[in-house]
Amino acid sequence: MTDELHPITLRVNGIPHQVNVPARRLLSDCLRHDLGLTGTHVGCEHGVCGACTVLVGGVPMRSCLLLAVSMDGEQLTTVEGLAAADGTLSPVQQAFAECHALQCGFCTPGFLTTITAALVEQPDPSRDQAREIVGGNLCRCTGYQNIVEAVLRAAELMKDEA
Amino acid sequence: MKPSAVSYSRPGSVDEALALLTEHGSGAKVLAGGQSLVPLLSMRLAAPERLVDINSLAELGYVRVAADGVRVGALARHAAVLADRPAAERQPLLAAALRWVAHPAIRNRGTSVGSIVHADPAAELPAVLSVLGGTVTAASTAGRRTVPALELFAGPLETTLRPDELAVEAFFPALPAQTGVAFAEVARRHGDYALCGVAALVRLDDDLRIVQARVGYLSVAGTPRVLELTGPIAGRSYDAELAEAGRLAATELDPEPDIHATAEYRRQLAQVLTARTLQSAARSAAGVAAGVPA
Repeated sequence: MTDELHPITLRVNGIPHQVNVPARRLLSDCLRHDLGLTGTHVGCEHGVCGACTVLVGGVPMRSCLLLAVSMDGEQLTTVEGLAAADGTLSPVQQAFAECHALQCGFCTPGFLTTITAALVEQPDPSRDQAREIVGGNLCRCTGYQNIVEAVLRAAELMKDEA
Repeated sequence: MKPSAVSYSRPGSVDEALALLTEHGSGAKVLAGGQSLVPLLSMRLAAPERLVDINSLAELGYVRVAADGVRVGALARHAAVLADRPAAERQPLLAAALRWVAHPAIRNRGTSVGSIVHADPAAELPAVLSVLGGTVTAASTAGRRTVPALELFAGPLETTLRPDELAVEAFFPALPAQTGVAFAEVARRHGDYALCGVAALVRLDDDLRIVQARVGYLSVAGTPRVLELTGPIAGRSYDAELAEAGRLAATELDPEPDIHATAEYRRQLAQVLTARTLQSAARSAAGVAAGVPA
């Protein structure tokens, strides 16, 4: 079967993109291959690891479990959209740097997007809640302790900002 | 790990969706949240000729609460059902179980009706629908029919719905008076597939004694199992020990081993969780704050 292409519009980090995709194109691949936004990482590609998590309309979803064609018209935020235009790190990114919450960095984009969305809902998480926030993301380097610290530190930074 | 080539339709109405399903029959697959379907496509365990994407059918995104129960439309996401307070008040087992369904990123997209008709034996909602005696409404160009949960699940990932049918709604009946429910499961990590999960329902008489004890199980068989366990504990007070019901469940169930757990371990989990959730459900039925940790 030859792939029929479907025209879609995605607004990614505020910028509209028009792209023609076959129905089978995963959103993760559309972001990386069609739009060149390689910050979104693809780990397990079946929804387990969380590395490819992006925000759709502000809420986290696994981009490897979404078909790009089904996202027509959606507003997406990827890890590239977290820092300010001048490169200033977001509170979650700043906290990751301060707390040494990454080693190889492969899983980091998914953690950053997941935590960014969660702290909007829960601006003052307890340590237990912080653990639960990152419970759906896998990291094979850090042992998670510093990631949990970074969640709490990010909440602190956001409070200072407010 | 990429889906095979597939054609795609995004109908703008339920009628249009049903016409597409009639036209394409068993070659078509309905795409709602896709949180189970997309991995199956990526692993090429499923390779439909056509996807019928129902994500434009906003009229199916409802959670309706009435005196007789909660109706959930085919496009209501788990997260929306979980956040619906009137639904949680009318049928507390919904919210109690939904908080165990995967992680927020999955619940934000996955649909409750989709999870039911995906019929994964490790999923929470098929067991919830089964223990409550709920139903699924299936629509096709030939009309609508209501399928009771106990006639819906045919095997792992298999239902009795026809290829031309769209599951448009799930109905979770409200609880009778003096009835309580509870849910618990054991997974290696919260949000992972359950090694064993239990949804319990207990009804009491006017003296707060048990007159009915019914338990639904996930991850112990190819389809949700429902056991009537009233026998050994009938007439017990709401705050009694209910270990006999757990022992009965352990003899009735015949779980399979897999890489996550042996059959013996699953049976042990079922026994312990049965007694524990029944006790919790009985306390809830009596209006006592559930003092048994899940």
